[in-house]
Amino acid sequence: MMRKTMFKKAVFAVAAAISLGLTVSARAQDEPHFSKQDWSFYGVFGTFDRPSLQRGFQVYKDVCSACHSLRLLSYRDLGGGGAIDGGIGLSTDEVKAIAASVQVTDGPNDQGDMFQRPGRPSDRFVSPFPNEQAARASNNGALPPDLSLIVEARPGGPDYVYGILTGFKDAPAGFTVNQGMYYNETFAGHQIAMPPPLSDGAVTYADKTQATVPQMAHDVVTFLTWAANPELESRHRIGVKVIIFLVILTGLLYAVKRKVWSDVH
Amino acid sequence: MASSAQSGAHGAQGAGVKRRDFLYLATGAAGAIGAAIAAWPFIYSMNPAADVLALSTVEVDLAPVQTGQRITVKWRSQPVFVAHRTEDEVKAADDVNLEELRDPQADSARVKKPEWLIMVGICTHLGCVPLGQKPSDPRGEWKGWFCPCHGSQYDTSGRIRKGPAPANLAIPQYAFLTDTTIRIG
Amino acid sequence: MSEPAWKNPAVKWIDERMPIFTVMRHSAIEYPTPKNLSYWWNFGSLSGFMLVLMIATGVVLAMQYTPNSELAFDSVERIMRDVNYGWLLRYVHMNGASFFFIAVYIHIFRGLYYGSYKTPRELLWWLGLVILILMMATAFMGYVLPWGQMSFWGATVITNLFSAIPLAGKHIVTWLWGGFAVDNPTLNRFFSLHYLLPFVIVAVVFLHLWALHTSKSNNPLGIDTKGPQDTIPFHPYYTVKDLFGLGVFLIVYLGVVFFVPNFFGEPDNFIPANPLSTPQHIVPEWYFLPYYAILRSIPDKLLGVIAMFSSIFVLFALPWLDFSRVRSARFRPVYKKVYWLLLIDVLVLGYVGANPPEGPILYVGRIATAYYFLHWLVIVPLIALFERPKPLPTSIGTPVLGAAAAASARTMEKA
Repeated sequence: MMRKTMFKKAVFAVAAAISLGLTVSARAQDEPHFSKQDWSFYGVFGTFDRPSLQRGFQVYKDVCSACHSLRLLSYRDLGGGGAIDGGIGLSTDEVKAIAASVQVTDGPNDQGDMFQRPGRPSDRFVSPFPNEQAARASNNGALPPDLSLIVEARPGGPDYVYGILTGFKDAPAGFTVNQGMYYNETFAGHQIAMPPPLSDGAVTYADKTQATVPQMAHDVVTFLTWAANPELESRHRIGVKVIIFLVILTGLLYAVKRKVWSDVH
Repeated sequence: MASSAQSGAHGAQGAGVKRRDFLYLATGAAGAIGAAIAAWPFIYSMNPAADVLALSTVEVDLAPVQTGQRITVKWRSQPVFVAHRTEDEVKAADDVNLEELRDPQADSARVKKPEWLIMVGICTHLGCVPLGQKPSDPRGEWKGWFCPCHGSQYDTSGRIRKGPAPANLAIPQYAFLTDTTIRIG
Repeated sequence: MSEPAWKNPAVKWIDERMPIFTVMRHSAIEYPTPKNLSYWWNFGSLSGFMLVLMIATGVVLAMQYTPNSELAFDSVERIMRDVNYGWLLRYVHMNGASFFFIAVYIHIFRGLYYGSYKTPRELLWWLGLVILILMMATAFMGYVLPWGQMSFWGATVITNLFSAIPLAGKHIVTWLWGGFAVDNPTLNRFFSLHYLLPFVIVAVVFLHLWALHTSKSNNPLGIDTKGPQDTIPFHPYYTVKDLFGLGVFLIVYLGVVFFVPNFFGEPDNFIPANPLSTPQHIVPEWYFLPYYAILRSIPDKLLGVIAMFSSIFVLFALPWLDFSRVRSARFRPVYKKVYWLLLIDVLVLGYVGANPPEGPILYVGRIATAYYFLHWLVIVPLIALFERPKPLPTSIGTPVLGAAAAASARTMEKA
């Protein structure tokens, strides 16, 4: 009997060793490098830090929106309500004001022309460029990606995006940076087409928090994680209730099972 | 043997029954509640989504609408007639014996400001959009609106006068935000 | 044998004209089930539950989804953001596919261990394999629907495989695509078929259950039931046990849905499909990884496709490849070892499928593929021929005589 379990263990150990060995296979220079950060939204009970969300939105609006669209979001999402609660904690009037501060293309009017009008909460976020070609033309052929889902679309998620934003450094000696590219510690291959978007004090925060690069990066990544997962807080809240209910129900079912089976065992 | 196994589960009487039945009852109730809670999102998801609800109000600027002009505005995927009535049209709407109306309603009950008539432009018969918004459209005997589908005729207050429609053109919920803008819905 | 009468007059009236209630009582209440089934027997009903859940969530999602290449990605995002509980329905459906496969794979491996494919259950086994194939087709097409990068490129790679078919290959692929590449016509027809196939699965599940009820359930000892002393009615014993198992399963499944819903996913699928840009690594969903590894391990295109499909088709022959009269691996010490080796081989193949086929992984994949076919075609028949099984217990358990016999059977089970 011992030999059989030993045999099983040996086979598992061999398989595990092979798997481990293969994971370590080095393609390290092509992989992004970044470290893990602390995020308020991590974990089963994670929530969004509301002030950070609002600061992050300010960073997006003042810095990133010049090149990056956020086309899957509508202005009304900032105020929450509807299918997803929470938003980033802005009131209906604040949301209306933000929407009204941008011009939105609408039409055609009765003359057949498209026209500009102030935005409404029901409008989608305005894109900086009308189409991909215009975006590339303004950015040396590179396309600034839409940011609605960027935190989910990259392995490493929030940590990776934070790493990119804080990873702009002077290139080390001997490293040649190509024309129109910038050295970035995190980006795979270390050359990225985006110029460093953040610098200390680039944004003046409404809540007077000091706007260092790590602070702005942290806030905008929090905002972008919300943008990709606006339902996160609902999901966590309902999830905790569902699991607790299921644990109780499963416990009851186990008791019933034992009771019903008591005459067979 | 199967039957003895079965009676083993259900058979024993006495104090054991109470405790066992309570367990079954509690578990069954918890399961039923769980099933109901689980079914809710399926049903509720069919309610209007957030983007549909966001478009459930529309604001209309009345300033460009001249006296005597009628415009059509889209609200909740439906046409809404916004008519800037002339004095004659308002007088004709007031000068009516309510007894004669199929759907008795005073004009004053249908408007907030007498010169602005705002109503859903869908015939209450079978849902066509009545004509009368353009000066060249047929407007029927009462110079209001005329539905070409089955001949219903509405007066200058949008009330049904002739034809198969059973009710007056519906008045949507609306409010004046300023003297020259309204919000519908 | 006369049936007990129905008390409720409405039930009686219907049953006299169409005996649905009698049939339900026979198959779900009275159905004589071996009394020694372990928890490994829960996974059939768990699979059935997942099928129903996938259809329910799928139908409701289809009310909001748009199967047009310009609109599909955004319609899924609309479901996630604007539709009431849309995020929940989507995550349940998306992770439901993974958990459906988890339940079905465990269910299959249970069958492999206890010889549930052996006579008289060959047809039952085949129907199960048909269900698996239909599930794989449904899941493949379902993954295309969000029209992300991985949706598009996975569809491109897999549909391109059919070009390996000699002579007609290219035409078949054009016919599948409805065009010259995966594009809107492909998406539209995949949506239609993705909606249809689950109902075909329901029909085959019905046949699968009919075949099961004809031969009756196998059991961990692999020996036939001898009479009512070996069985208990399905209700309340197994209804209650299945519900408990469902509770445990749901805790794990909904734990994933609510807390790590993108665990099984690919970041690249959050990027809208771009026909002009191929992702660095094209990876299918985890439940396809072993077949993907087999496909890529063979350098020839046609042979790779044949090997991949053969990896499932070989299982149809299993009742004849493994002609040992002993069903349960509990009494087959050599087969048992080889079973574990197979399981490890399949896991290794899965790992290989997840990685680019370069360097040492390529060789591991080839060895694992060769071993897979060696297992079914050589090892299993040889074991059936030469293995000396342990002595089988006389019966599943007799309550009166049983103490000694049951005790000796128990010691043998532990071995």
